[in-house]
Amino acid sequence: MTIEKPKMDEGLRNELQKQGVFTTTLEGIYNWGRQNSVWPLQFGLACCAIEMIAASMARYDLARFGAEVFRPSPRQADLMIVAGTVTKKMAPQVVRLYNQMPEPKYVIAMGACAISGGPFKQGYNVLKGIDRYIPVDVHIPGCPPRPEALLHAFMTLQKKIENQPLTGANRPRHLQADAPSEFPVPKFGVHDLEPPSNPTVWQSPKMVRA
Amino acid sequence: METLEQIKSRITHALPGARIEIIPNDSPAGQRSLLVDADHGAAIAQFLRDDPELRLDYCSNATGVDWPEAVVKTKIKKQVIVEGVEKEIEETLETLRSGCLETVYHLYSMAKKHGPVILRLRTENRSDKNHLPSLTPVWRSCEFQEREIFDLYGIVFDGHPDLRRILMWEGFVDHPMRKDYVGPDDYDYEPTPHDDVLEKTKQHQAAEVKA
Repeated sequence: MTIEKPKMDEGLRNELQKQGVFTTTLEGIYNWGRQNSVWPLQFGLACCAIEMIAASMARYDLARFGAEVFRPSPRQADLMIVAGTVTKKMAPQVVRLYNQMPEPKYVIAMGACAISGGPFKQGYNVLKGIDRYIPVDVHIPGCPPRPEALLHAFMTLQKKIENQPLTGANRPRHLQADAPSEFPVPKFGVHDLEPPSNPTVWQSPKMVRA
Repeated sequence: METLEQIKSRITHALPGARIEIIPNDSPAGQRSLLVDADHGAAIAQFLRDDPELRLDYCSNATGVDWPEAVVKTKIKKQVIVEGVEKEIEETLETLRSGCLETVYHLYSMAKKHGPVILRLRTENRSDKNHLPSLTPVWRSCEFQEREIFDLYGIVFDGHPDLRRILMWEGFVDHPMRKDYVGPDDYDYEPTPHDDVLEKTKQHQAAEVKA
């Protein structure tokens, strides 16, 4: 059930603004604050991290989006940028880092490897996309994606945060008491990780074949 | 630098009993290598490092090769007299090559500024007699690379100070760089399969339909 929220008349708000009176909603200002201060976790897994570093430096200037504060501790981070190849040996550590981040938390999977395994997909050592174990908000294709693509992913994430309702069934995970905040860490198996994916997060898409 | 023939004769002179073979190379690079026997491997390595003429003090690279059992076809030209006329006939000879595992070391000299000399060692077979002498006591730079060879090819290095897996995790079974390695059947979602991935995807789907 969704509750229709009383919306303020657009004309009245503009008129008030001309008089120096600004109005907003709690949801609007809460999300405005959150979306402009997304602190990423400082870690990189492969060559995509170089592009991520480039995006954070002067030329591409991630600071314009309020996301320049790369945190060395997951306890202080809001966003995990999975930048690079996730090997099967590294995957449990990535999931563990995600579990250690406080809610609300978001994930950008950056580059072909992080979203699908990329050029290493059939390798014995590479995970076929981090979205098999943790929920990913924005996927960026590319090998590696240019810093502009990462900025676009940031803006996409900001739009997502901006439009998150604080009440109702579509409210974000951190406002749902029963929604999981931690996800099971996979174990090392004989040839592969156990389990090979988390079915609550990822299911094999049904292939439509001729 | 001396030629491989000179190096070979000097090694056999210094270490009687050492069996050394020069492996030819038909590729454009034409870089030949020394195949030495495993029993004298460590002594030969020591000789190559300490010899005042060679001083091969730097091992830049150590890697492994898997040679599975295979039928090798070689073409030989023969002169045959057919009805009084001499003719040239091409014949293919099929020989069974026994399988083995191999390590390759690329040696340079920082002191003499020459190299590379390529050293090869082969195990007797691919299953139980897979031991080779470790050259880490001679060149310290081999340590991690020999661990990697142990991890991915399953060659056991005798005399290695710390022989454990380095890339795969503890508890991983088998050696993934061997030609006959069978990976896990995780072909559940292949958006654009082709070639052998397509075959494996079909097998996976057939197994799924049965189950």
